[in-house]
Amino acid sequence: MKINKIILSLFSALAILLSSSVTSFAKVVGDKIILGSAISLTGKYSSNGVHTQNGYNMAVDRINSMGGVKVGGKTYKFEIIYYDDESNPKRAAQLAERLISQDGVEFMLGPYSSGLTKAIAPVTEKYGVPMVEANGASRSLFTKGYKYLFAVLAPANLYLDVAIRTAVELNGGKGVRIAQAFEQDAFSQDVRLGILDAAKETGSEIIIDDKLPKELNDMAATLVKVKQMKPDVLVVSGHTKGALTAVRQIAEMKVDVPMLAMTHCDAAKLSKQHGKNSQYSLCASQWHKTLTYKDDFFKDGMTYAADFTKEFGYDPPYQAAESSAALLVFKDAFERANSFDQKKVRDALAATNMQTFYGNIKFAPGGQNVDKPMVLFQVMCDDSGKCENKVVAPLKWASAELIHPIPKWSKR
Amino acid sequence: MVFQYPMISVQACLDGILLGILFALIAYGMALQWGVMNIINIAQGDLVILGGYIAYFMYLYGIHPAWGVIISPIIMYFVGVGLYKLVINKVVDRDLFISILATFGISILFMQLMNFAFGADVVLANSGYGTTFLFDSAVVLPNSKIFSAFISILFAICLVIYMKKSKLGRAIRATAQNARAAKILGVDTEKVYAATFGINAALCGVAGALISITFTIHPYMGLPYTIRSFMIVIVAGLGNLPGVALSGMGLGVFEEFADYILGTEFRIGAVFLLLVLILVYRRFKLSRKREYLK
Repeated sequence: MKINKIILSLFSALAILLSSSVTSFAKVVGDKIILGSAISLTGKYSSNGVHTQNGYNMAVDRINSMGGVKVGGKTYKFEIIYYDDESNPKRAAQLAERLISQDGVEFMLGPYSSGLTKAIAPVTEKYGVPMVEANGASRSLFTKGYKYLFAVLAPANLYLDVAIRTAVELNGGKGVRIAQAFEQDAFSQDVRLGILDAAKETGSEIIIDDKLPKELNDMAATLVKVKQMKPDVLVVSGHTKGALTAVRQIAEMKVDVPMLAMTHCDAAKLSKQHGKNSQYSLCASQWHKTLTYKDDFFKDGMTYAADFTKEFGYDPPYQAAESSAALLVFKDAFERANSFDQKKVRDALAATNMQTFYGNIKFAPGGQNVDKPMVLFQVMCDDSGKCENKVVAPLKWASAELIHPIPKWSKR
Repeated sequence: MVFQYPMISVQACLDGILLGILFALIAYGMALQWGVMNIINIAQGDLVILGGYIAYFMYLYGIHPAWGVIISPIIMYFVGVGLYKLVINKVVDRDLFISILATFGISILFMQLMNFAFGADVVLANSGYGTTFLFDSAVVLPNSKIFSAFISILFAICLVIYMKKSKLGRAIRATAQNARAAKILGVDTEKVYAATFGINAALCGVAGALISITFTIHPYMGLPYTIRSFMIVIVAGLGNLPGVALSGMGLGVFEEFADYILGTEFRIGAVFLLLVLILVYRRFKLSRKREYLK
């Protein structure tokens, strides 16, 4: 009786072992290259998660319908397995593990947000799975020596760098006085580090340096300081909440500052929610549809925006555009590697040097894209109160002239 | 900084008071149902946010969001009563831990439902109210904040009068004092509980509508409001309305000054430190009293 039990448990252990190891087979099936992605379809990142997924899907459809990926003389098509990570880093890491060891995925696309990418990167690295991500910009992702992580976007510390440099340029090359308020999360603090660097290089002085608690949606104290100390530039980064709060309270408290630069205005739909009060705000963006980069699949930004709007019913935010670009990078790398060997694809990715509608893509050894500057757009409104975002810096892509300094509230 | 620019102190005080009054309204609701039903409602903040969304949707459909302070509490009252009938009545006689668990569950459910229904975007409603300048425009007060404080006070006063004068108000107070005795004397405590929870939800609705006008709302932003009101109630004690109002304003002012003197990053930390100190002090006082009684 006892021996029977032992034999039974041995058999069942063996069965479990087999069933878990048998499933991992290579994930290029027939004429399909299967990519995996954990993405936030529910939870607090769900809106941006959906933008990311739409961006991925749009590129998959486009590449597949335009001839697919040619490897070894055969044509393959992309397919993506998605799992919902519920905006939860722990869940994202589990799902990455599941995609790789159970579903046998050999190539990954990134999730939404720096935090979730940070959770997944150690997993993909462990299994040597190349991951192209489009929505994790935190600087710490690129300093850990990851070999299989590639980001098509510019790192977080460059987000508002261009704003400081523009302000210094307008000040005749002399340093400016900066007031800054950043939320205490990884991303915003990276943006802050970028400002510190830019200030040091340009000889600018930081006179207010506030760190906003996460649960706070009141910036009145910071703005009172700004009113008293009259800096030349006010920089704010605190995700959507930060951008919306800043514009609301600046307008309510009639804070006059010559330049206001922020992140996440796109996601905040700043001009839609605030109308004319958001006028003259400068916003850092990874991409804007009026940029004149080109590629064979989406032609250019304007065409991409039109096609995207036709398919999904809204204007593409940059989160969607960069996600589409990730697939263009994968296609290019597969074709150059001419193989599905993970190592070879990884090397091909590292050697990427291409232009997409989203911008130039070339990876530094850390995995971040170094060939695409951030752009700044300014919210500009006409008399009827209709507002538009226009690129004003860097000058090469500017579609409108920067309005500087911001007119005083008493004259608006 | 505070000494360099003296006007900042005035600004900080006024900002803090206006902020505190709004928080005191939420805390008052919490104190009320805590006192009557002995339930700590973790979902308090989520009820606030739900109230905010009601005002926001009115704003989207072209109705001025200020009307939200009337519409939102009416809807929220029924939400509260419904919630009581579905969940709270099953935990009301149990110990505190079970009610905390139950309301924590409700909180998570509400967050996810709101996220599902309204999306994860941060939104706000614009009131279009201007700004008041004081002291040669050295002190600036957004009218939306003044409006919020005014409405909060108005609702608090109405509620106090209602509690004192109306039949239901008296029944609620009686139940809070001694539920069993009230029952024996013919008070339908079940009804009183439902009404109390409804009134609390309605207060949350008012506060939510005001927050959508003054700040921003997001499905996951409820917890800070729960914590803040919990703190105010702890400091003030139960059934002590002037205490709630005072501790709300006091905390608001303290917070603003902590921001200027210690820096924004220590603002919340300073408030929590104060809470710990107050709790320790209260315990100390209590133990002395007990000794005295011996």
